[in-house]
Amino acid sequence: MKLITAILKPFKLDDVKNALQGAGITGMTVSEASGFGRQGGHTEVYRGAEYTVDLIPKVRLEVLVDDADAANIVDVIVKAASTGSIGDGKVWTTPVDQVIRVRTGERGPDAI
Amino acid sequence: MEEVVLSAGDTAWMLMSVGLVTLMIPGLALFYGGMVRAKGVLNMMMMSFGALSLVFVLWIAYGFSLVFGNSVGGEGIIGDGNEFLFLKGLDNADALIGTIPATVFVAFQGMFAAITVALISGAIADRTKFGSWMAFAGIWATLVYFPVAHWVFAFDDFVAETGGWIANTLGAIDFAGGTAVHINAGAAGLALAIVLGKRVGFGKTPLKPHNLPMVMTGAALLWFGWFGFNAGSAVASNGTAGLALLNTIGATVAAVLAWLLVEKIRDGHATSLGSASGVVAGLVAITPACAAVDARGALIIGFVAGALCALSVGLKFRFGFDDSLDVVAVHLVGGIIGTILVGLVGVEVGLFNGGGTEQLVKQVIGVVAVLAYSFIVSFLIAKIIDKTIGFRISRDEEISGIDLAIHAERGYELTDNTQGGVFGASKGA
Repeated sequence: MKLITAILKPFKLDDVKNALQGAGITGMTVSEASGFGRQGGHTEVYRGAEYTVDLIPKVRLEVLVDDADAANIVDVIVKAASTGSIGDGKVWTTPVDQVIRVRTGERGPDAI
Repeated sequence: MEEVVLSAGDTAWMLMSVGLVTLMIPGLALFYGGMVRAKGVLNMMMMSFGALSLVFVLWIAYGFSLVFGNSVGGEGIIGDGNEFLFLKGLDNADALIGTIPATVFVAFQGMFAAITVALISGAIADRTKFGSWMAFAGIWATLVYFPVAHWVFAFDDFVAETGGWIANTLGAIDFAGGTAVHINAGAAGLALAIVLGKRVGFGKTPLKPHNLPMVMTGAALLWFGWFGFNAGSAVASNGTAGLALLNTIGATVAAVLAWLLVEKIRDGHATSLGSASGVVAGLVAITPACAAVDARGALIIGFVAGALCALSVGLKFRFGFDDSLDVVAVHLVGGIIGTILVGLVGVEVGLFNGGGTEQLVKQVIGVVAVLAYSFIVSFLIAKIIDKTIGFRISRDEEISGIDLAIHAERGYELTDNTQGGVFGASKGA
């Protein structure tokens, strides 16, 4: 099993979510995140005092998949999240030892 | 004194003006509260509510008498504190001051004392012990505001036979408190900012406003309340009140445009904080002048104040004093501009409006006297508090947030997660 983690531009979340649902994904976890990459931050001005804000708002999306589906799902996310401009985010996968569905106690791929 | 009778019209307007000026204090609390970080919003607002409560108690006890009692020795320095001690002879339904009940005049002027003290708190955001602030508020009202208000607001033969030196001997024009309120509070703010020192991270890390809609709401309430402050200072429902009211609008809108123009040219963006600041800068500057200028004069005063106050907000970074919410740039600078410009554009007295330099000189003397007295005495009071009971919270408390450290509260509880808390027995009734 794999955990796919994607850092997205907030306004692309709906596109990615719809694409994943279209690809048969039935559950995911989304949280607000902030960070920076090559895009860098932005500046804000308050009464003439300029502040450079490094951390910019992003959305972090996590989804658990079976090993066989991982490559395909990553492609779905990348395709849906891309605008072609700097700051589109990143997607990575990590191996997962065990998954348990709390309500039923199912384990492994059945719990995904 | 001439025979006086109650005017129902004057009384109705002044009753309303008391309400309007009172509303300025929560307005100021919102204006200031939105400008600090989320972890200090309650303390910022509490400083206004605390100042109001304490100062008004002192006002009833002896403040009114020190301001409006007969000038001691006829010198115009301070009123007789015994004459109206606990409002002796005034706190009944029959006593009149001018054409209104004495009680209404007492309440109206008492709110001026309260808001002047509250204005100072913007200079010392996020780092001041609440008890020390309250001590300062009481001492400052007594040693600085009451004497200066006597100088400026106590006209001969109005409440008592002899009044203050700026109003009567010097003859500087200060209709609603450019000197007594704004220069006074601004100079005190500067002194406090110097004595307390900078907030942790000042000039290095962003100390950003946490709620700009709250700042704009506060500015709007201040503007609304300021109609009572300025037009109410006519102490009558008449043409002077109408002129003051119109000029209060004219100067304010001109100041907003000027502030935004400076921002657009200097920073590239016209900001909401800039427009809220422009509102207050314009209101401050027109305060001394609102009954002494025509509509064109009000626009000039507003425009000059909006531009110069906007340019002044950078001074604290250049000179390294952490006047957190720009009490100096808005109230001190705005008060000076408004008071001096009366000597330039005041109808029949201004240098450019039919007068000579005579009034201008009087205005400058009034400005310098109040600025110097307030700064020096405020500095001494602050130093004594700092050396005895301490004026600042600890560095740890400041970093973790003054609201939790001093008031045991947080401004915002954004989730219902109790974070493992356990309810302790209530100590209340």
